[in-house]
Amino acid sequence: MDALILARLQFAFTIAFHIIFPAFTIGLASYLAVLEGLWLTTRREAFQRLYLFWLKVFALSFGMGVVSGVVMSYELGANWSVFSRAAAPVIGPLLGFEVLTAFFLEASFLGIMLFGWKKVGPGLHFTATVLVAIGTFISAFWILSANSWMQHPTGHAVLPDGSLIAVDWWKVVFSPTFPSRLAHMLLGAYLTTALVVGGASAWRLMTAPTQPESRIALRMAIGMLAVVAPLQLVAGHISGEVVRHHQPLKLAAIEAYWETRADQPLSLFGLPDRKAGKTQFEVAIPGAGALAQGVSRETVLQGLDAWPRSDWPVVWLVYWGFRIMVGLGLAMIGLGLWGAFLVWRGGPERSRLYLWAATLMAPAGFVAVIAGWVVAEAGRQPWVIYGVLRTRDAVSPVGAGQVSASLLAFLIVYAIVFSAGALYILRLLHRGPEEAEQAPKPEDRAPGSALAAPSEAGETPP
Amino acid sequence: MSLDLPLIWIAVLGVAVCLYVMLDGFDLGVGILFPFARSPRERDAMMSAIAPVWDGNETWLVLGGGGLMAAFPVAYGILMPAFYLPVILMLLALILRGVAFEFRLHGRKRGKAFWTAAFTGGSLAAAFAQGLILGGFVQGVTVRGEAFAGGPFDWLTPYSLLVACGVVAGYALLGAGWMMIKAEDQLHRDARRWAALAAGATAGFLAAVSLATLWIHPRVAARWGFDGQALDFDRLLPLLPIPLLGLAGLALVAYGLMRDRWALPFVGGLMVFLSGFAGLAAGFFPLIVPYDIDFRAAANADNALAFLLVGVAILLPVILGYTAWVYWLFRGKVDVDAHYH
Repeated sequence: MDALILARLQFAFTIAFHIIFPAFTIGLASYLAVLEGLWLTTRREAFQRLYLFWLKVFALSFGMGVVSGVVMSYELGANWSVFSRAAAPVIGPLLGFEVLTAFFLEASFLGIMLFGWKKVGPGLHFTATVLVAIGTFISAFWILSANSWMQHPTGHAVLPDGSLIAVDWWKVVFSPTFPSRLAHMLLGAYLTTALVVGGASAWRLMTAPTQPESRIALRMAIGMLAVVAPLQLVAGHISGEVVRHHQPLKLAAIEAYWETRADQPLSLFGLPDRKAGKTQFEVAIPGAGALAQGVSRETVLQGLDAWPRSDWPVVWLVYWGFRIMVGLGLAMIGLGLWGAFLVWRGGPERSRLYLWAATLMAPAGFVAVIAGWVVAEAGRQPWVIYGVLRTRDAVSPVGAGQVSASLLAFLIVYAIVFSAGALYILRLLHRGPEEAEQAPKPEDRAPGSALAAPSEAGETPP
Repeated sequence: MSLDLPLIWIAVLGVAVCLYVMLDGFDLGVGILFPFARSPRERDAMMSAIAPVWDGNETWLVLGGGGLMAAFPVAYGILMPAFYLPVILMLLALILRGVAFEFRLHGRKRGKAFWTAAFTGGSLAAAFAQGLILGGFVQGVTVRGEAFAGGPFDWLTPYSLLVACGVVAGYALLGAGWMMIKAEDQLHRDARRWAALAAGATAGFLAAVSLATLWIHPRVAARWGFDGQALDFDRLLPLLPIPLLGLAGLALVAYGLMRDRWALPFVGGLMVFLSGFAGLAAGFFPLIVPYDIDFRAAANADNALAFLLVGVAILLPVILGYTAWVYWLFRGKVDVDAHYH
């Protein structure tokens, strides 16, 4: 294998690993802010217990997100030095702003969130939680902005020597695909968190059906799903329309439109065959493509044949990534509405079937987020900056030996970190929030603050 | 606008890297000293002495990497491939020691032992890798047509290994100084002993690295007024405060250790690093990729530098402000019996 394919594998692996954590912690930080706010206003202990419980999960996942994110800021230069040089005049400042506006904020106030319980008052502690939550949003803003520019670059000019220069920063930051993609990502992060919180609570309720914190958390998760999952359908549809306007080739790959024509079919399932230029074993609804795209049946939609084959992405990857994402999104809507119905009819914890469904759907958000990113990123190949720089021209002058050695090392280290992190988080979720306040066993003792012993601070009776 | 943007940016980046080395330096140093603790309880105390601040400290490294890309993309695009393997080693090491802060609390018997080892090993390897990168930087990078054109192991020489050992010793000194501030009783006495050993090692390596640099790298030596035979005092004299600062730092460490003044060894250690950093700056300015490319040739487009500088001008004071506040908040001796998990 050559350095290019290895560098691509390495980037795909490290970024897919990294996105798992922001996808979860963006929503979880907001959830923690809501829980702490509810606790401060209602003084109900259940909210505090939920806060302390999910804070532990947050600390574990946020740590993994931070360290896997540090990798990205150096990997760009190490493996993609030509890209980073070409893109720096335009999106370099965006990445710089991400560090200045988000990373420092999150890192500094996370310390107060985790260890400052005894050092600051409740108001200030709540402020720290809110600032961390805001930091996760700002971070998503800048990185999505930079990525959207790479998807559909605007606001720049090409100088005579071939290098890029920004001419309109507003157009660079707010490139046309950015607003809808940011909304889609943030809603996706909220759904991911709601599914994990709901799934973990459902799991607890199967063995402890009266557990008050889990009952509250499950209802909160259902509320979030019932509102946000349908909203995500709308946001996803808008994002799709933006793709149709600005990235028609990606749309053709998503829908497996092989030929340019009016009245496209709506392909449901099949195996896109790039060589044969058709979808094998296809199940499609003739004439429904226009309806799905929200255009008239007379509108001509471009197919893959409108572009040279050398510009095509890997069609099956984009096609299936999209179907997995949408399928899971529809399942989330179902889970939310079903849950809302059960809440109305006397309680979701009475339906064992629902508790199982919620538990099984717990990881669905992660899968959907990764599948969605595969659609976005594989769908713009073979370009790294669309229409400006091809991926194969963006790679560093580094030998395949070094890249394969580092890829192997990343695989091993990430496997260890991921297995241990998943084990510790699942162990916590299995124990549930009711044990969060119990005095830790002596060997579990860890200094820092007294989050696990609020009775010491006189906040609540033990 | 008549602002010299590349010059401002090299200063901003210099401050970021210098702050990184001094701040993450002490928390990596605490990790390096981890195996010398007498008990798990002492290790807990050492970890909680840095747990609230390590993440913020490491963010300066992200600003260093992100800032280098944003401000000097040519240098970023050459240096990262040139130091590919040590950079990857550093990243992997930082991952293992970074997750260890939380994982160590959740691991049971074997898990806890593993993450204790990972914290030590990761801290040590990260410090060592940073030393290799620094040594490789001083040696210079092979460049052709504004791209890296050397081999994958160009950075690996006896000189870079010496520098790497020096960085490890220096970080251990900072870590021991920090633990003297944060710990009481037995752990404080241990930290004082570690600081004495680390200070001796740091002084030795510093002298060896300085001599080796003058010996092996005539261009750096020329900057300091050494041309092989004679000494040019007119060149050396204005730079003399830099080594004197380092010596004063070492003297302060020694004085603080003898009198057991809690903060002096740490401050002395910071002075040593400051002097080392200033020495590098004096030896290399205006080069950003030794010995071919100066910072102006590597700079990003002026409008990109200006755009991000607006953010720096507003946000850097704010960041420094809340960072200082967080340090103030977690001042004082570490509470071994407090727990949050």
